[in-house]
Amino acid sequence: MSFSAVVTPVIPTLAVVIAAVLFTAALLMFGERLQSREVTFRIGSISGLVETKVMWLGVGTALITAVLVGVGLTVGDYPVPASRALATALWDRNGEYDFVINHLRFPRIVVAVLAGMCLAASGFIFQSLINNPLVSPDIIGINAGAAVCAIAILAIGGNVSYVPWAAFVGALLTAGLVYVLSWKRGVEATRIVLVGIGINALLGSVITFIIVRYPIEQVVAAARWQAGTLFGVSWDDARTLAIGLLVLLPLAFVFTVRLRVLQLGDEVATAVGSSIEPDRLALLAVGSLLAALATSVIGPLGFVALIVPQAARMLVGTISGGALLLTSLFGGFFLLGADLVALRLFAPVMLPAGIVTAALGGPYFLFLLARYNRAT
Amino acid sequence: MQLEPELFLPLVGVDLTISYSGPKIVNDLSIDIPAGEITAIVGPNGCGKSTLLKALGRILTPDSGRVLLNGEDLHLRRTKAIAREVGLLPQNPQSPEAVIVSDLVRRGRYPHQRLFSQWSKSDEEAVKKAIDTTGLTEASDRPVNELSGGQRQRVWIAMILAQETPIMLLDEPTTHLDLAHQIEILELLKSLSEEQGRTVIMVLHDLNLAARYASNLIAMRNGEIKVSGPPEDVVSAGTIRDVFGLESLVIKDPVTGSPLCIPLPPSGSSTL
Amino acid sequence: MISPIFVVAWCRKSGRAAQPIVTNHTIGIFVSILLVLGTALISLRYGALEMSWSTTVNALVNFDETSHEHLIVRELRWSRTILGLVAGMSFAVAGALTQGVTRNPLGDPGILGINAGATFAIVTAIYAADIVTPKGYVWFAFLGASVALALVYAIAKVGSGGVTPVKLALAGVIITALLGGWTSSILILDEETFDEARFWLAGSISSRGTEEISVLYPLIIFGLLIGVSLGRQINILNLGDETAASLGQRTALVRTGVGGVVVLLCGSAVAIAGPLAFVGLAIPHMARALVGPDYRWILIYSFLLGPCLVLGADVLGRVIMRPEELQVGIVTAAVGAPFLIYLVRFTRLSEV
Repeated sequence: MSFSAVVTPVIPTLAVVIAAVLFTAALLMFGERLQSREVTFRIGSISGLVETKVMWLGVGTALITAVLVGVGLTVGDYPVPASRALATALWDRNGEYDFVINHLRFPRIVVAVLAGMCLAASGFIFQSLINNPLVSPDIIGINAGAAVCAIAILAIGGNVSYVPWAAFVGALLTAGLVYVLSWKRGVEATRIVLVGIGINALLGSVITFIIVRYPIEQVVAAARWQAGTLFGVSWDDARTLAIGLLVLLPLAFVFTVRLRVLQLGDEVATAVGSSIEPDRLALLAVGSLLAALATSVIGPLGFVALIVPQAARMLVGTISGGALLLTSLFGGFFLLGADLVALRLFAPVMLPAGIVTAALGGPYFLFLLARYNRAT
Repeated sequence: MQLEPELFLPLVGVDLTISYSGPKIVNDLSIDIPAGEITAIVGPNGCGKSTLLKALGRILTPDSGRVLLNGEDLHLRRTKAIAREVGLLPQNPQSPEAVIVSDLVRRGRYPHQRLFSQWSKSDEEAVKKAIDTTGLTEASDRPVNELSGGQRQRVWIAMILAQETPIMLLDEPTTHLDLAHQIEILELLKSLSEEQGRTVIMVLHDLNLAARYASNLIAMRNGEIKVSGPPEDVVSAGTIRDVFGLESLVIKDPVTGSPLCIPLPPSGSSTL
Repeated sequence: MISPIFVVAWCRKSGRAAQPIVTNHTIGIFVSILLVLGTALISLRYGALEMSWSTTVNALVNFDETSHEHLIVRELRWSRTILGLVAGMSFAVAGALTQGVTRNPLGDPGILGINAGATFAIVTAIYAADIVTPKGYVWFAFLGASVALALVYAIAKVGSGGVTPVKLALAGVIITALLGGWTSSILILDEETFDEARFWLAGSISSRGTEEISVLYPLIIFGLLIGVSLGRQINILNLGDETAASLGQRTALVRTGVGGVVVLLCGSAVAIAGPLAFVGLAIPHMARALVGPDYRWILIYSFLLGPCLVLGADVLGRVIMRPEELQVGIVTAAVGAPFLIYLVRFTRLSEV
């Protein structure tokens, strides 16, 4: 395969990427200028404190995500005029573009947003619990566990439809194993990290074993999965993610309060009435479920869970329910953007989205980091 | 018929033995905390003051013995319920990054909050009162980590105040403060105790300040209580020698009337 | 952005440090050296071909050119053992240095982007220039590792505060992900390259002639000598940047020096053996469990224990699936991980 053919960029799609980056840069600058105000709301016995900055950022992110969805519906190998694209997606099921829009593009777009939301929310929880910038749900073995099961099936040429289930179960079993092994009168950040290193390495060696000993053609399929991809996702996947998100995100939102207290250290947290181990377990469980869910559908895309919460943290320093939701929205936007680029940048070759999240997310995050560092 | 004092006193420790999974720090110790007063626990480094305080606040579980909160065994009660009655500020608390003052103080309201009621009127009032009482109103929007050591300590105290507990346990609350701020905090605690009837127990390293502000003094050494009682009874040259291994002269503070300990230079020193 | 909490908790726990299991270092080092020699001898003795101890010893002492077994010991296993020793020492010391400088238990040269850089360079070399011998891609590995580290440093330098552990770690993560992504792209797009590279990627110390690699030895020895002697500097560095500066240490210089040594060691080791990430990650922790938080000892024991793990794993890989072979990268993790977990659970490793 000629490298030059692979590398030739497509100008229009590059323009899309640049536009997205500019949009986000604008959002950031706008975000930094936003004054933070706290607004109390009380209805009956329901009350809460809302930070307006977080709220506006959230709205902004939701809006540009919507724009990106529109873009995603329109661009592709079969160019579809924008108005037709939206119409077909939303109500016109019998149009000429129905297949392209409603069976290829729309489900993929929706899955990208939902999976991105799951991963970012999960990353938020893990990074807040374990105060280490290198932490992602990866640390508790989610990716490795999912990968071992998925790759095993793919390498032996088994039934591909089993892969998501196997991945989900594998992810959760591994997370559970890491938790149990780190338990010694309670769970401590350092211990989880170290045990996670061990389990990840162990499973990694199993994966390497598989990669080395099975025929290369099947192994490539496994490698593709391992890079994280949205290829071939369906409305069923979207439905699974939606249901999961609907259950888990509100749970996570409610648990944010406990997270805020745990952040103060074990002693202060206990003094203020937190039962630290059950709270930690609950948070780890929700975080693991979110990550396992996303990973089982699109493969291990750890980078999203690692970088997006960091980026959100630069804008909104403190842990709060609002920050969680904002991070989640960021994740949806980010993964959708990355997937669109993955699809179009090297057209007609489709790269796995995971590679693009890393390749583009990297410099993008660098840009954020540089601005943040200069500002502090 | 004599009723058990345990039922009357807010906090009682009975035959407590406490260790950190190693050698025993506190050995078979019993302690009675009187209500509505300021109790100060003093003693040399490593005597078990902090350990005892943590056990009283259920941060640590004793190896044997019981702690009674208002007559009930502490460890049989739910931790959130306890947090509505007992507040504890440990030594050197770490504030997370990028948290502003009002946010940190707000977290002290945790035991009072319900699932959907995260910012009720009483929450708001308690936080405001706490911030005002500790003189942080101007600084309430600033990140905690940008404040000076003294201000930061006041933020933590504000958090405990916001928790609105009748009993407050404080582990060396004045350690990093300059003298003016030390006095300020102690005066604040005194007024809380006198005006609001709160029970305050604090570990203090400064014996003289302890004698000045506490009405009940407990001197510890090697995991045991050596002496306890009002400052006049506890602070004497003999006790100071026993507990701290220090030769001293004890006089009456000319301003407050409380006992004042003046350490004597070691014998053979040129200052004598 | 993180962890004054984490770093303080880390340091505070050191204050109440675990009793190191090894307190008498004369005995400790002596035993470790014996372990190294022992595993080396085992590596010479055991393998796909059965032979006895006497044969092995004779091969070394009374070399008989006509003996098939002697040839195997002298030619194949000898160079393999040396490679294992060198790779083990390099990865372990590099890992200890990285952890010391980033103050992060997840610190291994991998997070500074070094392995990713070397891997990317090698895969590109295989893809674009059809280079398939270690002698050929050694220099690519070196170049890749250095460029990656330079990038990481450059990124970490941006903004206030200079090069802090946090920024290093974050920059490292980004570069690793970036390069990893590009590497994966190439591997997925070109099956041939993947086929060629996957064995190297699994980590292996077989089939490299010593002459080809010998050009790297002076560099590695130099790196090891300097690396192991940096213990005192790292101890000071770990007191915190401000304390270290007030003690007269030039932290930027030390970090740069450490970076240089790590690149040297890792670039060479990766070219020789492929990315054996686990060694650099786990051995320093095990060393710390044995000797406590003093980096002078951690570096020495890492230096000695690293090869034990690598050689031990290699022997196991040779023996377990006779006459085929299991790559050392696979076995290292499979063997080392349970041990690490045991240490975490049953010692006070994680409290140090």
